[in-house]
Amino acid sequence: MTPTGKSAETEWRGIAKSDEDERIERIERKFVGGSGTLLRELLRPYKFAIWVLIAIVLVENAARLSIPYLVKEGIDTGIPPIRDDNNLEPLFVIVGIVLLATVTQAVARNFFLVRSGKVGQDVLFEVRRRVFRHFQALSPAFHDDYTSGRVISRQTSDVDAIYEMLETGFDGLVTAALTLVGTAGLLLFLDVELGLVALCCGPFLFWLTNWFRKSSASSYRVTREKVALVIVHFVESMGGIRAVQAFRREPRNQEIFDDVNDQYRAANLVAFRLVAWFMPGIRLIGNVTIAVVLLYGGYLAYHGEVTVGVLAAFLLYLRQFFEPMMEISQFYNTFQSASAALDKLAGVLREEPGVPEPTRPAALPDARGELRFDGVDFAYVEDRRVLDDLDLRVPAGQTLAIVGTTGAGKTTVAKLATRFYDPTDGRVLLDDIDLRDLTSDVLRRAVVMVTQENYLFSGTIADNIRFGRPDATMAEVEAATRALGAHDFITALPDGYDTVVANQGGRLSAGQRQLVAFARAFLADPAVLILDEATSSLDVPSERLVQQALRTVLAGRTAVIIAHRLSTVEIADRVIVMEHGRIVEDGAPEDLISAGHGRYSDLHQAWLDSLA
Amino acid sequence: MWRLRSYLRPHRAALVVMLSTALAGIVVAISIPLVIRELIDGPVTDGELGPVLPLGLLVLALGVLEAFLTWWRRWIQSNAVLNVETAMRRDLYAHLQALPMTFHSRWQSGQLLSRATTDLSSIRRFFGFAMLFLLINILQVTAVTVVLLVMYWPLGLVVACTAAPIVWLSMRFENEYVLVSRRVQDEQGDLATRAEEAAVAIRVIKSFGRNRYISDQYEAAARTLHATSMEKVRLSARFWTFLEVIPNLAVVLVLLLGAIGVGRGALTPGELVAFITLMLSLVWPVSSLGVILAMSQEAMTSAARIHEIFDTRSDIVGGTRTIERPRGHLRFEHVDFAFPDALDEPVLRDVNLDIRPGETVAVVGATGSGKTSLTALVPRLFDVTGGAVTIDGVDVRELDLVHLRQLVATAFEDPTLFSMSARENLTLGRADASDADIEEALDVAQAGFVRDLPWGLATRIGEQGMALSGGQRQRLALARAVLSRPAVLVLDDTLSALDVHTEALVEEALRRVLVDTTGLIVAHRASTVLLADRVALLQDGTITHVGEHRELLATVPAYRELLAADSSLEEAVS
Repeated sequence: MTPTGKSAETEWRGIAKSDEDERIERIERKFVGGSGTLLRELLRPYKFAIWVLIAIVLVENAARLSIPYLVKEGIDTGIPPIRDDNNLEPLFVIVGIVLLATVTQAVARNFFLVRSGKVGQDVLFEVRRRVFRHFQALSPAFHDDYTSGRVISRQTSDVDAIYEMLETGFDGLVTAALTLVGTAGLLLFLDVELGLVALCCGPFLFWLTNWFRKSSASSYRVTREKVALVIVHFVESMGGIRAVQAFRREPRNQEIFDDVNDQYRAANLVAFRLVAWFMPGIRLIGNVTIAVVLLYGGYLAYHGEVTVGVLAAFLLYLRQFFEPMMEISQFYNTFQSASAALDKLAGVLREEPGVPEPTRPAALPDARGELRFDGVDFAYVEDRRVLDDLDLRVPAGQTLAIVGTTGAGKTTVAKLATRFYDPTDGRVLLDDIDLRDLTSDVLRRAVVMVTQENYLFSGTIADNIRFGRPDATMAEVEAATRALGAHDFITALPDGYDTVVANQGGRLSAGQRQLVAFARAFLADPAVLILDEATSSLDVPSERLVQQALRTVLAGRTAVIIAHRLSTVEIADRVIVMEHGRIVEDGAPEDLISAGHGRYSDLHQAWLDSLA
Repeated sequence: MWRLRSYLRPHRAALVVMLSTALAGIVVAISIPLVIRELIDGPVTDGELGPVLPLGLLVLALGVLEAFLTWWRRWIQSNAVLNVETAMRRDLYAHLQALPMTFHSRWQSGQLLSRATTDLSSIRRFFGFAMLFLLINILQVTAVTVVLLVMYWPLGLVVACTAAPIVWLSMRFENEYVLVSRRVQDEQGDLATRAEEAAVAIRVIKSFGRNRYISDQYEAAARTLHATSMEKVRLSARFWTFLEVIPNLAVVLVLLLGAIGVGRGALTPGELVAFITLMLSLVWPVSSLGVILAMSQEAMTSAARIHEIFDTRSDIVGGTRTIERPRGHLRFEHVDFAFPDALDEPVLRDVNLDIRPGETVAVVGATGSGKTSLTALVPRLFDVTGGAVTIDGVDVRELDLVHLRQLVATAFEDPTLFSMSARENLTLGRADASDADIEEALDVAQAGFVRDLPWGLATRIGEQGMALSGGQRQRLALARAVLSRPAVLVLDDTLSALDVHTEALVEEALRRVLVDTTGLIVAHRASTVLLADRVALLQDGTITHVGEHRELLATVPAYRELLAADSSLEEAVS
């Protein structure tokens, strides 16, 4: 890549790498080398199985390595009796042993492959299970920093890297290492002098492999980066093709794509050419070694110091010696990325949930739904307080709306009430019990938050509504949707309640999605409902529908509504206006309006004007 | 596959080198054991020292030559196949960019990506590896077998007999393996979807305390994958075991028969050693033959998938006319529109609308009434199925496509941002915009926040960069449209995610821009509608009323239903 290419790229890509990225990388790097510990921990249950595997693999390799030796025996001790007195017996014995070795090797190999595969798959399953559960257990505070994209790639590409290693590399590595050591030993055993000559290739092999290992690690990284660029640009151009075509972006896009495509080609070329050096290099060392062994062995044979059989065995062993070397190089990158993946996963698994479960949980058989903030301070980042000594009491059954500018702390109140976070100081209480003393099962039954995401899971509409209470009957589901006025549109769908929601609810309109989300909360029937309301994308008729449903949902329970648009506030019993983490106005909406010239009454006026 | 040969044409010389070095490599590889045989049979057995040195040096020379030939082939090949792959990818991208929205709405970008990556790699592997070695391995197997038969035919026969089952086995294995691998892939994909869903919806899951429920579901899917993976493990264990057993059994037979042959004087010891060496050198070419055949099959499938795209022609082709001095007189004349995959369900029918130069018209309608389709017809993202859209009296289909899209700029509701610098995103439609132009557009769209980004306009935004809020994204999209100074500005509900205050500021600035620009605005809020001189009400795919906002509000109940605020609120206000 030329320097000009780099600067041209920076120009269109722009600069990223924010402070936040660096912080995340610190989380991921915190436990570099954690892979070893994690691996040991994962393998602990298989201690016995691993010893058995080691024994098996030793047997297998012994059997495999014995074959050339037996060939030598066949030539050296099997042939003379035939030549001398046509005695086939010694040969038959040796061939019988070769046959036995072959069968032993086959059985041992099959056993090893299946068993080691089983251990690998079990470990992989355990990794998947643990990582998934751990991500589920980590508090939302963690998920706020650690984007869903990262969570996903931990569970897909990282786990896949481990899978790949188990599938392709594991067995190859073990076999190669044993072959290397075993062969070297056998060569020395067969003939010390000739063996030492043959092993002179060792340093060259070591040097070449080491060079390849290092250069391919860096070239692999570059290739990954470049292919990522190609993929991002490709996917974004195709995904955003409407904007591309509408703004005649095609030529510039092609320019950029040609550039990244070519960079990818260049990176690949470097990687391919490394192999183009490495493979023939190994072969060269192998062939030279064979020639040297032949020359020296021939010389020794002339002097009667080695037999023809020994020479033949040497040649066969040398073949076995060099082949796995070439294979190892193929797997090297797989190992590299698997180990990096394990490091990252180990880092994630050591993150502690920010909101721990209570050691001695309090009982809350039937929540009334009184919510109290008692001298609550809160800061996401140290020294940057979002809530400042907040006192707030929401009596059971009250509907409270919180309004205020962005950054006033509205959403933080919701997050503390649902224990997505714990306060830095002070207490949040439900029916006079500190939330930190409630198990998450008990708390979630009592307090439910409906966010603006309105996420619909893939599955049927009924499944989605039942999400908060999977044991609800169909009658109960329908009762909920009827109460919210959603029954009609659902039955009008092609398969009614069994309609499969594709791709995050793509088939439903934003308003319909919100109604389904409400039905979900209504069916879960919590004592306290926290609502992060955002109806900006709804058209007026849908908004009207949603507002009506809301009245039903809120009836008879405590509700805290984070109001982004003022239409919702009309149904609240009480409004608080927040600014810089403090409550600046508090009262019934009508009172605040009639008081005039307060913040709320200003907001209300601006909103009325916008309705025209 | 054959149709892709044109990509190979520039690399003919490289192909010749690849093939000839590969062939020469085989000859060398075969001759090394033969020289070794000479060495063992001659000097070693007869006790002569003289020929050892020349023969040994010959082995050395051949060994070096073999390594060199391998290096040369790989060196040439890396360059050639990567160039072929890169050229194909470039052409694929160019072709895809030119295909119309009707194509892209049918194909997900993920599907297209797998063609641009997986399929192209599979074709690259075919050109660089399978195509070459299919030929070479067959030659090598034949040549070595002939040499072996000539050397000592009973043994040669044994070797020839073991080759057949290996080829058959590896082909069958490869087919089974592909099937089970695909199942593993599908199940991995399913698991990935679940992981994705759980990650994206983590807050919903937490809110309802359903973590355990979701985890159990995930675990069940992981367990299924575990079972399938074990099937795959067992399959390949069986295969690799057989693959090693068959040659070893051949060694047993060759040793038995060969030793007897040597004992009886039908074969020399050197020949036996050469024989075994040669035979073992056949293991790879024979076993890989099955794999190569399967790879070729895969490459054929990939080629077919690529051609599926190359064979799709764009049905939106630009005309030749241009408008010298565009005034921006936009007319919809009896416009009908239906998506090609649902021609019997028209989205728009008999739409008539005349927007005079400089005038701004708002289109109001319920969700699904066809507003967005209507706006997409102007820059020909889709083509009308009946009637015509004209600008200054010229049918848009007769206009040069680039020219047309210069005349019309759209700010979409769901603004597409690319993972590039803010500047690159803004100047999408006008790469030569000056800094002053950009500043002006940012002011109009109230998108001054861009200047406060860590690196200002150079900051990367989008998926891979700074995350922007929905309102910020919309303002950028608006700035982008304003910046390209169109004769016709289309705003497809661009202000929906803005808060009341910002919306008011944007509208005020927009009014100035819209004075001499023709505007088509999709709106569902009264405040946005007030930007327009007139309003058109779209109902069930056709325009039923056109008039001023107050007038429609007073006379058309359906319009009031769409735009008037909450009824309870009206009471509160009145």
